[in-house]
Amino acid sequence: MDSYDVPESTPSASSRPEDYFVGATPLQKRLESIRKQTSFIPTPPRRKVPQCSQLQEDVDPQKVAFLLHKQWTLYSLTPLYKFSYSNLKEYSRLLNAFIVAEKQKGLAVEVGEDFNIKVIFSTLLGMKGTQRDPEAFLVQILSKSQLPSENREGKVLWTGWFCCIFGDSLLETVSEDFTCLPLFLANGAESNTAIIGTWFQKTFDCYFSPLTINAFNLSWMAAMWTACKVDHYVATTEFLWSVPCSPQSLDISYAIHPEDAKALWDSIHKTPGEVTQEEVDLFMDCLYSHFHRHFKIHLSATRLVRVSTSVASAHTDGKIKDSVS
Amino acid sequence: MSVLRPLDKLPSLNTATILLVGTEDALLQQLADSMLKEDCASELKVHLAKSLPLPSSVNRPRIDLIVFVVNLHSKYSLQNTEESLRHVDASFFLGKVCFLATGAGRESHCSIHRHTVVKLAHTYQSPLLYCDLEVSMLITETNTTLGCGERVVSTQWARRKWLSKDSVSQRGSF
Repeated sequence: MDSYDVPESTPSASSRPEDYFVGATPLQKRLESIRKQTSFIPTPPRRKVPQCSQLQEDVDPQKVAFLLHKQWTLYSLTPLYKFSYSNLKEYSRLLNAFIVAEKQKGLAVEVGEDFNIKVIFSTLLGMKGTQRDPEAFLVQILSKSQLPSENREGKVLWTGWFCCIFGDSLLETVSEDFTCLPLFLANGAESNTAIIGTWFQKTFDCYFSPLTINAFNLSWMAAMWTACKVDHYVATTEFLWSVPCSPQSLDISYAIHPEDAKALWDSIHKTPGEVTQEEVDLFMDCLYSHFHRHFKIHLSATRLVRVSTSVASAHTDGKIKDSVS
Repeated sequence: MSVLRPLDKLPSLNTATILLVGTEDALLQQLADSMLKEDCASELKVHLAKSLPLPSSVNRPRIDLIVFVVNLHSKYSLQNTEESLRHVDASFFLGKVCFLATGAGRESHCSIHRHTVVKLAHTYQSPLLYCDLEVSMLITETNTTLGCGERVVSTQWARRKWLSKDSVSQRGSF
């Protein structure tokens, strides 16, 4: 927050408005351009492929291993108010009590369900993009083993983790009392997700909303995942399109051999370490025109719903799954 | 290939003709219907076309405004628009072309980024309007855009629907 103060030089007689915008946030720059009636035309987006950051060393492979090969449902989360990493044990206790109370209320009841559960909050070191990002943390619900002599960890019933990766643009607008962890990934029963969501919303005054991934972003994911070098391909690269027609929508599935997809991408891609909008568009256009040549159907008029590669897969409803370590 | 020119025909008295260009027939039809229901000082004619160039065999009045309808849910409609823009004479872009982007509200269905259309409108120096044709009726700005501000006694029969569909060659459609 300090970098956005007015520069230290004393306000001179010619204090131009530009001086106040030396350290302006993108939001302020945008407002200024609107006020000046200049048109704010953004340059075509290009995304840098994040290289292996130094933070990777912090990652605990054991902890992260169980995050893989699971299907995660994505939610978008507003900043948490007065969340503290030092109170994790306290939060575990409170959430545990809340879940037990909710289940006993009969809101999410299955006959014979085991109420002996344990809630664990823990931080996930290294799951962030830059040093500025707040630490990710993990919430797990385990079933406690009945026998007191065995101190083994029970079965994991539900997992959820909160993270912030390369959230620089968001972190600029967040004030001190808030912790910004906009992405929440959940795996497990929907009822548990709802209960935990309610507790977080009540305790930290935040709001969850399901994150949908639109076709535009799915095509970016397809291109970037195809670009990844994989030692051996475990799955074909598959796309699923939904054709908007009445009364029932039609689904078109298109599977490509992963090596062919990679070869296509390599012929399009120019600058290593950077992916541009044109390259993504060209990659998808090649697939569309190939399909059109054979089936005379314009896939560009349909909606991309699911992308599945050897690296990971994503569905428009906000479900992702990664397949490689 | 015939190019659409703004001043190649004489204007008709108290008539304004709008050409809607877009891939989605149903949406264009709905838009045209709602435009014709609006109060217009002059007689309004709306032509629909899937893409340009228009077939030269049909006798049609002078086009006063071209509206390119881009559906943000479909990349095909953007490609179609870009193709059609090549068949419009440069002098049309002095205020007689407008871009209409539909579907920005449903972010989860968007295949095209909003900035692509913004850049397109900026390149062609034409206004860009956002709407959602699939959800509700659109309030059009035909009066102000066409500049037909003359108050004329408009008879009911003169404001009947004048709708003609230009059937374009089937190239590039399914």
